[in-house]
Amino acid sequence: MTGYVLEMPGAAADSLRLRRHRTLTLHCLGPGTNVAALIYALDDRTERLNVPDTLKAQMSASIAAPMALMSDMGRALASVTGSSLDWHDAITGHGLPGVDGAREGLLGELWKHGLGARDLHANVNFFSKVTPVGDQRGTLVYEPGYATEGDWVTLRAEIDLLVVLSTARHPFDPSTSGEPAGVRLEVAEGSAPGPDDPSRSFRSETARALELAERSYA
Amino acid sequence: MSDVFELDDVIGAGDGWIGEIPAGHLLRITDLHGNQAVDTLLYDARDYADRYSAIDTIREQGAVYLSTGSVLLTGNGEALATIVDDTCGRHDTLGGACAQESNVVRYGGHTRYQPSCRTTFLRKAREWGRGLEKRDLGHNINFFMNVPLTPDGGLTFEDGVSAPGKYVELRMERDVLLLISNCPQINNPCNGFNPTPIRLTGRRP
Repeated sequence: MTGYVLEMPGAAADSLRLRRHRTLTLHCLGPGTNVAALIYALDDRTERLNVPDTLKAQMSASIAAPMALMSDMGRALASVTGSSLDWHDAITGHGLPGVDGAREGLLGELWKHGLGARDLHANVNFFSKVTPVGDQRGTLVYEPGYATEGDWVTLRAEIDLLVVLSTARHPFDPSTSGEPAGVRLEVAEGSAPGPDDPSRSFRSETARALELAERSYA
Repeated sequence: MSDVFELDDVIGAGDGWIGEIPAGHLLRITDLHGNQAVDTLLYDARDYADRYSAIDTIREQGAVYLSTGSVLLTGNGEALATIVDDTCGRHDTLGGACAQESNVVRYGGHTRYQPSCRTTFLRKAREWGRGLEKRDLGHNINFFMNVPLTPDGGLTFEDGVSAPGKYVELRMERDVLLLISNCPQINNPCNGFNPTPIRLTGRRP
């Protein structure tokens, strides 16, 4: 068997292993879908997504294709091979305890894997857009209704991964009516990035992160 | 924690500092020569798992830059410290710390063995002991560093907005373990390509 499909309702949490070069596609199922994602290297879970390294190396304030998601050890964890959206938030996190956010669900999944609060890091919020208005404070504005049913994003694992997900509402989402829509996860067989892969060609920094990932399997 | 707290240290270019600062006390970080990034991590001195969280701090204040009035929060939403004075005006908490590995990604393999903030963080954390590990290194503050985030989605390191003698002052809201790397980076403008010393002064209010 290669690949499967899984539907997560809103306000749920889950975790999965994603093998190298498999793809994970997230499909937005309706209004309010937000997927908070924490990502770890399966072979060393102290190695994890590093949002500052990812953004500064690729000169971007958000996650978009064909960027690589980089670990604190310089390896590309995954590449964003495509998306119907050109902005996925990575700078506003997952909410404080006691509010109806992702934190409790993420911590619950982490505990199942022997991980905990010390392993939390800045997550990506797929399907959410939060932009700076450009003032002196760097004031942020959330875009309501940014993602709609049918929007998607595909990741290609560059090393074996542990991915921890929550479909709780984005902390800035002002909606209060019921639960947010969920997400359909599709895991499929992919292929290794070739010499002309769009992520490799995107920036020399992205190419070097892919090379560091490849070296660990050399 | 001791009743006596006095601090007046000059941290050399590329060096670091780790230590506890009691609740209610003030810590001033002075950019002696200007244009010097000061990478800083804070922990609840009683529970290192509850540490400074850049994303929670950014989200709860609704803005990406730090300045006077910014409350530095843990992931549990606890206040570690408040910026009570700031003659620089803007500090970064999105750019993270340089590391040997991210230097290779950003600048190429020739930078692999250059000094980096994470190397300093790890050295100081090992000296301190008490169970601190690599996974306790979260996303830090970069005092005096200028990383503009633009509405069109850009993010770049630019020349500092700091100058000689500019300072930032924090009031500790609880007993805090403070870990500092005086950034040694020479491949981007965050230190004006010339790392220089900083001064740490602590006092009772």
